[in-house]
Amino acid sequence: MAELFVYGIVLGSIIALGSIGLTLVFGILRFANFAHGDLMTAGAYVALFLVTRLFNWFGIPDNNFGRLSFGWRMVFAFPISMMAIATLAIILDRLLYRPLRRKKSPSVILSMAALGASFIIQMTVLILWGADSLFYKPGILRPAIMLPLGIKIRPDQIFIVLVVFLSITVLHLFLKHTRMGKAMRATADNPELARVTGIDTNRIILLTWGIGGAMAAMGGILYGIDVQLHPGMGWGFLLPLFAATILGGIGNMYGALIGALVMGVVQQLSTAYLLPTYKPAVAFIIMILILLIRPQGIFGGRL
Amino acid sequence: MEIGGIIAYLVSLIIMAGIYAVFTLGLNIQWGYTGLFNIGIAGFFCIGAYTSALITTPMPSGIYAHYVHQIFGLNLPFIFGIIGAAAVCGLIAFFIGIPTLKLREDYLAIATIGIAETIRLIFNNERWLANGPRGLMGLPQPLQNLIAARNYNYLYLVIVLLILVIVYLAIERGIRSPWGRVLRAIREDEVSAAMSGKDIFYFKTQSLIWGSMVMGIGGALYAHYTKAISPDVFTPLYGTFIIWVMLMVGGSGNNKGAILGAFVVWGIWTGTKFVIDLLPTTLKARAFYIRFFLIGILLEFILIHRPQGLLGEEKKISKMMD
Amino acid sequence: MSLLEVTKITAGYGETDILQSVSVELREKEIVAIIGPNGAGKSTLLKAIFGLLAPKKGSIKLKGEEIMGLSPDRIVRKGMAYVPQVENVFPTLTVHENLEMGAFIRTDNYQNKLDEIYALFPMLSKRKSERVGKLSGGMRQMVAMGRALMLDPKILLLDEPTASLAPSLVGTIFGKIIEINQKGVAMMIVEQNAKETLKISARCYVLAMGRKVFEDSGEALMKNEEIGKLYLGG
Repeated sequence: MAELFVYGIVLGSIIALGSIGLTLVFGILRFANFAHGDLMTAGAYVALFLVTRLFNWFGIPDNNFGRLSFGWRMVFAFPISMMAIATLAIILDRLLYRPLRRKKSPSVILSMAALGASFIIQMTVLILWGADSLFYKPGILRPAIMLPLGIKIRPDQIFIVLVVFLSITVLHLFLKHTRMGKAMRATADNPELARVTGIDTNRIILLTWGIGGAMAAMGGILYGIDVQLHPGMGWGFLLPLFAATILGGIGNMYGALIGALVMGVVQQLSTAYLLPTYKPAVAFIIMILILLIRPQGIFGGRL
Repeated sequence: MEIGGIIAYLVSLIIMAGIYAVFTLGLNIQWGYTGLFNIGIAGFFCIGAYTSALITTPMPSGIYAHYVHQIFGLNLPFIFGIIGAAAVCGLIAFFIGIPTLKLREDYLAIATIGIAETIRLIFNNERWLANGPRGLMGLPQPLQNLIAARNYNYLYLVIVLLILVIVYLAIERGIRSPWGRVLRAIREDEVSAAMSGKDIFYFKTQSLIWGSMVMGIGGALYAHYTKAISPDVFTPLYGTFIIWVMLMVGGSGNNKGAILGAFVVWGIWTGTKFVIDLLPTTLKARAFYIRFFLIGILLEFILIHRPQGLLGEEKKISKMMD
Repeated sequence: MSLLEVTKITAGYGETDILQSVSVELREKEIVAIIGPNGAGKSTLLKAIFGLLAPKKGSIKLKGEEIMGLSPDRIVRKGMAYVPQVENVFPTLTVHENLEMGAFIRTDNYQNKLDEIYALFPMLSKRKSERVGKLSGGMRQMVAMGRALMLDPKILLLDEPTASLAPSLVGTIFGKIIEINQKGVAMMIVEQNAKETLKISARCYVLAMGRKVFEDSGEALMKNEEIGKLYLGG
């Protein structure tokens, strides 16, 4: 049980990277971004390309750091993939969402466009890599560390939790103490007033997609490190992502973090009673319950 | 290719387009007329197909029972399969509607994704229900004794088109009635509609139920055409997304548009198969994905440049307003 | 000297025109009141002036420069600020952060301005780190006005500053409005609370059904019995 709980925290941390980005987008752009899960997929696969192909050609060493399952390649792959997906998110905005915003399309239409984008990304991954599950390093041994209470945890997983919490701390500091960060929060609160104040909402939107995309990429890579890569991984994350975001309250970053940890833990604990494939269904049931009982979430975000 | 082959191919094309047209009509009731963002079509597709399959096949017995598990098997004729599919879908839509229809549109959407996923997971993992991942095979076809197997598709084509026409006329009747006008009012401006005293929830529920029943019929038609179904048929891609593209291309809020969209998109889908055949072999393995990629691009193009679809929304909605 | 000249503005949402050929004027350092019954188009007028709504016809000149058609973030850089009636603060941000947002486009050190605003609204200086969403209506209104003043505007547009405020606070807010005006800020105020507004206004326009039906000095309007009955609610 305790082990499931710990693994739930690991999974929850990964979900948090996605749900925080999703809640930022929801809060500032006011629509449900159904492509967010696939931004995670894209991030994971860009890193795959870098780690298994590109860096091969450049001759970057492939050895692992100690007991982690990756080495320098992954260290370089992280920022490059994050920037790539940040750019992808911005391109999607320019091509799809901004023209629709200009036409004052209802948010449902933007969500539909996002749905289309999600499938386009999935198909691209399928075209380039096929449908099989892949690994960053096939056949690798996954040594475990023993923690008190007989819990086994892998060094990779400790790394994941640390990285996630570090990133979230950095994001928190950015939002709380920098001028642009405050402007982002202001725009999420009240976009029209932000315009009235002279805040360049276009820049804020770019920043939102950039941050959302970069964090999603990180989440995807971490999942790939922890488990595996497969083309449907992002779509499979959609339900937990949305459940986490709604649980925490739309637009609330800290809520999204807590919501994600809760979702991770609950999903893992459910495997004690249900088949693991039912995890998305568990996420879904929880989401429905929240929507029925307290739709504004724990921290009372936008409805 | 000889003429017989071409005709046979065309027949199968029209059958599939016709089946998808039924789905698109169902979605049009929910989205086109009521504004319900249902991304869980695959769920009703699945339930409709499986219900009809279970109703029309016998309970496996003897050695067969070791390989095929079903929750029930009534061995009834096709017509009961269709009715059963519609009824079960309607019932499930009713229960789904209770928690979800009060939600905002995008929350409803995500809920429908969850529902469809859950349905697929259940059918995939619960062997006792309908044979799990292996699915059901050897589904009977209506009136199959009347005609030689190699010509059967012509008969099925007639059946599909007949049902399509019946469904279309039924929906057209419904839409032009006062009930239909309320649905449109809800889609245009829910707040005013609510203020004029209409019970929004009641109308949305009805719309969800009728739309799902139509989708159930589509599922049944599909099952008896392909004679074999399994959970991996009812994916978000094949069972939901393509239908949305069909409706948006044809024109949401327009039944003729829905049918047109189904035929056009299915035509494009099939057409891309020939284009792909010209590609180098390495890409051929991924042909399916390339084709769907193009379908995705098509949707985005329509959303940005012609969101009203080919036919746009129907202008005249009531007989009284002619 | 005319700071703001609005000439024959016709504007509305979609097909309907809410404002029909309305002309108003604001001169330096004066307070002008816009009053009239609900639905007259008063708020719409302010929105049109500030670029939140594109007028179909007419002209809006700020210090002689045509600004019609410009977006709000361009207009705010020309020395005009706007306080909407509702949703006029950033609720999850603190008082201090709201003011900082007001100064967003400033590139200089605006500590002096902050001190000035806190001196103007002493109750706010005690609550710098509190979330504005949790403050009372009166406080929020002060934050909203303080936010708008951070850019040293020459013109301030106020949309119903005392709406939904307790009567005891109405006086306080009007007091602040006078203080702000004395620092040299010209103001155009839309108000339901017509009587109080007229007392402090140099001039006043009465709008009804999207048209200007009357204009005069504040004093004269107050003495006008017919207007009093129709629009001032006695």
